[in-house]
Amino acid sequence: MRISRRILAGLATASLAVTATSCGGGGTSGSFDDTVTVGILHSLSGTMAISESTLVDTEKMAIEEINAAGGVKVGGKSYKIEYIVEDGASDWPTFAEKSKKLIDQDGVPVVFGGWTSASRKAMLPVYESKDAFLYYPIQYEAQECSNNIFYTGATPNQQSEPATDFMYKRSPAAGGDFFLVGSDYVFPRTSNTITKAQVKQLGGKVVGEDYLPLGNTEVAPIISKIKKALPEGGIIINTLNGDQNVAFFKQIQDAGITPSSGYYVMNYSIAEEEISTIGPEFLEGHYGAWNYMMSIDTPASKKFAKSFKKRWGADRVVADPQESAYNMVYLWKQAVEDAGTFDDNAVREALVGQKFDAPQGPVEVMPNHHLSQTVRIGEINAEGGFTILEETGVVLPQAWNQKHPSSKGFACDWTDPSKGEKYKL
Amino acid sequence: MELLFDSLFNGVAIGSVLLVAALGLAIVFGLMGVINLAHGELMMLGAYTTYVTQLIFKLPILKPFYNSYIIVSIFLAFIVSGVVGILLEKTIIRRLYGSPLETLLATWGVSLILQQFVRSVPLAYGTGLVISLIIGLFLPSTFPSKIKESINFKYFKFSTWLFAALTGVLTGSIISSSVSKLSRASARNVDVTAPSWMRGQVEIIGTAFPKTRLMIIVITLISVIAITLFLNQSAWGMRIRAVTQNRQMSDCLGISTEKVDIITFGIGSGLAGVAGVAVSLLGSVGPNVGGNYIVGCFMVVVLGGVGNLLGTVFASFGIGIMTDLIGAGRLLSIWPDMPLPLSNTINFFATTSMARVMIFALIVIFLQFKPTGLFPQKGRMVEN
Repeated sequence: MRISRRILAGLATASLAVTATSCGGGGTSGSFDDTVTVGILHSLSGTMAISESTLVDTEKMAIEEINAAGGVKVGGKSYKIEYIVEDGASDWPTFAEKSKKLIDQDGVPVVFGGWTSASRKAMLPVYESKDAFLYYPIQYEAQECSNNIFYTGATPNQQSEPATDFMYKRSPAAGGDFFLVGSDYVFPRTSNTITKAQVKQLGGKVVGEDYLPLGNTEVAPIISKIKKALPEGGIIINTLNGDQNVAFFKQIQDAGITPSSGYYVMNYSIAEEEISTIGPEFLEGHYGAWNYMMSIDTPASKKFAKSFKKRWGADRVVADPQESAYNMVYLWKQAVEDAGTFDDNAVREALVGQKFDAPQGPVEVMPNHHLSQTVRIGEINAEGGFTILEETGVVLPQAWNQKHPSSKGFACDWTDPSKGEKYKL
Repeated sequence: MELLFDSLFNGVAIGSVLLVAALGLAIVFGLMGVINLAHGELMMLGAYTTYVTQLIFKLPILKPFYNSYIIVSIFLAFIVSGVVGILLEKTIIRRLYGSPLETLLATWGVSLILQQFVRSVPLAYGTGLVISLIIGLFLPSTFPSKIKESINFKYFKFSTWLFAALTGVLTGSIISSSVSKLSRASARNVDVTAPSWMRGQVEIIGTAFPKTRLMIIVITLISVIAITLFLNQSAWGMRIRAVTQNRQMSDCLGISTEKVDIITFGIGSGLAGVAGVAVSLLGSVGPNVGGNYIVGCFMVVVLGGVGNLLGTVFASFGIGIMTDLIGAGRLLSIWPDMPLPLSNTINFFATTSMARVMIFALIVIFLQFKPTGLFPQKGRMVEN
């Protein structure tokens, strides 16, 4: 067994080259005084991996940006952010288990994680019992306000309520009847309860509602119900999840339920990423409501999209959940710098009131641990993006929805010890 | 009248998806008694075959024939799933005949492997692998036996497999360099778009029907007719039925039961591939697409009566029509002024989730009274 010298020499050069490049990557590491390790917890395997891995990419990018700009400055020292990525495996108990690991074993000061409401509900008791801090980036059904979670996604009054209002008052199907379709789990059901209350207030009518069990792609009975309930066209509110949307849009188009025949679908779970999966030819002319859309024409938005493409590939897109994930990393950094410590309780206090020039426009952390955000209504175009039709001003978040019968008249305020999680207005 | 027509069509449309998915299983599970939990993944392979065919037909050479890709993919899907099924039978299932629990576990394992395979192997090389399998399994039998006898059989087999592997790698790299979408592995769901002539609706006697649904019904009908003719008219069909009824006696009479097993399993798997083409028209194509259908397939076969194709046909259309009747609340429109408690009950079950609950409950009740299904198999095998 003789290895020729030439090969050995080649190997040596190669390994030298590798060391050289890795030094180049961390070239600024010399200028940091210390490091801080944060946790990232999303599904990297299983059904949610497709969506959640985009958040991991965005969070990594935000951390790299912060490091490149000199890291986190606490008490006159600069800290380089390092991260531990854990896989929640699309399995909700795993999220709780990995959270425990990150908090106890790795001792991270903060965890960025979660996507589905089910995973958040599984993690919540862990963070509350250990008094740790989770940052959760997805638009969700609200009706929750934990002192140990910071929510950077939209609450229903920052997404579905302005969208319903638009559909009933200013869309081509204005004044029409509503039909609600969703996947059978907590977000669509809660969201639709709110929509029903709102439509009633507006003076409209909800003529039907149906839920598709997760994994089921047979839409035929729903189509016949829509045709029966809305024979002349109308408004469809869609809260289906993931690839059930593909089945839904393929089959309704075949059944003649299209914008050209008077049916307009407003979607709460379809962003740029999903449009490219489903195919714009099935979605063109329907609507979406988000805080961030890739087509926002501001320098901040363009810079965000451009750096993401530069970091992860020219064919990648950015969407609302990613923007939320991006914001939360920066807001955490600002709060830590203001608090002057990584200690959770101090950071939590410093977090409320933090302002950030996000890609969607200015956002601010409210006392209920949610963000004030701008809401946009867009029409899906043939290029697979949104044509933005309207933009609200900054909308304050309602952790307890004011249209849902169970939470009407309640609010949340963590800055005032006498108010807390749920108090009567 | 129009309502009845509409409801019947919807029922048949839902039922034909169930039927085409369950048909292969009716043969594998019904006739052979193999509990194949990887049946859904064989469907998934069929769906991915449709996707790959669609992309290959977008290449400049084949572009003029793009509109016919869906027809081509039906045959290709049959071959791909059939070959994978044959490989599965030759390597795993053959060793486990007579031990259903082990078969169940092994095929479940295979289903996980196949799911992970499409997630982590670029589809171009997956296609190459399937092509090598097809060549490797079938090339030896195309040579006349004289040539085979004249050379050492070991070398002969080795060289055919070598040739097969080389062709596979070659086609894999050609596809991967010409279709960029197939050159990277991705766990992302992909999309099959029906050609333009299959989209939209067609009007029959004043009612509009979606064309893709009609296409699925046609695929199902042709599959059922073809398989019935094959089983009842051809020599191999007769052998299959003979082995199903009495394996030992058929063996004694000179039927190669081993060959019969391979053919039966291959056809059952191939039909799963055809079902994959059908479901790819309805939703997106992903690693889990087959898993969504597997429970329904077993339900249909058990309800219809194991070992009986006619039962499978009746069971799937029955379930389809019931799904539409309950899920869309049809009874209310037939009898609008029924008493309030009754209409409330019907409204409660008139959602997709609750309709499913109701149908499962009805099936459970039905099987209490007729545990062998709609059309129980009669004969010696049953008595044993």
